[in-house]
Amino acid sequence: MKSNKLDQVLLVIAIFAVWQLLYVAAGPNVISSPARTLTRALELLQTSNFWVNAASTGIAFGTASVLSIAGGVVVGLWLGLRQFAGDVADPILGALYSLPKITLYPIILLIFGLGLSAKVAFGAIHGFFPIAIFTMGAVRNVAPVYYRTARVMRLPPTVTLATIMVPAALPEILAGVRIGLALTLLGTLIGELFASTSGLGFALIRATDIHAVPDITAITFLIFLFAASVNSFLHAIERRTLHNA
Amino acid sequence: MEGHRRPIELSQTSHNENKGRRHARFDTDRNPMIGWPHLSKTSRARAMILIGAVLALELLCRSGIIDRVTMIPPSEMFAALWQIIRTGRFNQDILFTTYNIAAASLLAIAAGVLLGAALHAWPRARNVVSPLLSAYYAVPTFVFYPLLVIAFGTGRLALIVMGTLFGVVAMMVNTMLGLDHVPPAIAKTGAIMRLDPIRRLFLIRLPAAAPHLITGIKLAVAYGVIGIVAGEFILATAGIGKRVSLAYDNFDNKTMYGMLLMLLIGVMCINGLLTIWEKRLHRRFGQR
Repeated sequence: MKSNKLDQVLLVIAIFAVWQLLYVAAGPNVISSPARTLTRALELLQTSNFWVNAASTGIAFGTASVLSIAGGVVVGLWLGLRQFAGDVADPILGALYSLPKITLYPIILLIFGLGLSAKVAFGAIHGFFPIAIFTMGAVRNVAPVYYRTARVMRLPPTVTLATIMVPAALPEILAGVRIGLALTLLGTLIGELFASTSGLGFALIRATDIHAVPDITAITFLIFLFAASVNSFLHAIERRTLHNA
Repeated sequence: MEGHRRPIELSQTSHNENKGRRHARFDTDRNPMIGWPHLSKTSRARAMILIGAVLALELLCRSGIIDRVTMIPPSEMFAALWQIIRTGRFNQDILFTTYNIAAASLLAIAAGVLLGAALHAWPRARNVVSPLLSAYYAVPTFVFYPLLVIAFGTGRLALIVMGTLFGVVAMMVNTMLGLDHVPPAIAKTGAIMRLDPIRRLFLIRLPAAAPHLITGIKLAVAYGVIGIVAGEFILATAGIGKRVSLAYDNFDNKTMYGMLLMLLIGVMCINGLLTIWEKRLHRRFGQR
């Protein structure tokens, strides 16, 4: 446990050291120093403009997350329980997952127009596929003895699903949710980077346009902090379910 | 531990039970690569779904429910794609993108295997960086692209660096996982043959880790494609992504959908080939 804490401190030190080295090598026209970025980030946190953009990204990310989790888990459960449907859908899902979805953004924009719904749709299609694929894999990986136990107990399908399949598959489903939400955030931000009128991605691209390197680095840094905390939060939940299992 | 115990329990069950289990196993093991009749059945269903989806889209577009500004009918997409291939007007861009994807994937795979093996050999460092590796794909790495453009310019270099950065960690993680799962007996074989550590790694341990490596390769290529195309899309001087982005700006739906279709077909082919290879390896190594 002690060495674990030490490792974390070492990692943070190493990241800042590499960052400082990059700054020294590339100069202030390319990247800001860690110290400058931290002060700029603290300044940004006190402006209302930042919070307007953060709220815009947050709403889009939250809505997209709910949509991708609900859709992905339902479709994944169904495909996981139906061997044949799963076999048919597996490569199709895989291909859609590995398709660079950025190229679909023009189509999404043409369908939804500029604004919140386009960002939400783009974020949700990023998260949907990994969650569906992981859920399907999770259900398929549940040991056959569980199915047979359910059958021996003559449980109806809904009870089997709720009390046996989902709990058994939960850790893997949560791993899928974690990866899916990370991609949802990526999708939301890329949507804002390419075409948007508000949000952190929009702030980032506006800062790039006026070449405000401290702002670019500070916003990138804050986005990273947010993403990392979402990730470790979901990791913690996942680990709890693993311990329970 | 439990995994070791299970076969013993199995052998204690009755003969009949065993038989039933084997049969059930065969059923769950069904995959498109085993047995021709099954292959044709799933592929037939798959083909029917795809054809149905395309036909539905065609109908929706032709009947005007989806207007032409939003999407052109699939038949016109294919016509546009054929025209792009026949005239060869985007050959330069296609070559540019293909080259970048190949370069980024190969760099990510090579660097990923080497770094992964190095970290595997040095557990202390691995412990330190493992939170970073597991959080790597949780953060939107792509927001680095503007900084890379400022550092390397809008040419090929920034794109390839972006694609490599995107894919290398997936390869590293899978290399380490693969080396973790090499059975001790195989690792000992290298020691018995008195190979030096480098040869043991490249001749014995890495080949034994092949099922995990192929997963890493698949991911590295997928991330390479995403990094390159997304980069071209947002800021670049050439490439398939750039053409799509330009066509979007100019309301040139024929070019846009033609190029998107080409990209879709290309990605599906690469992914399909790698998946077949992956399944073959997994079967050979007795996993699924």
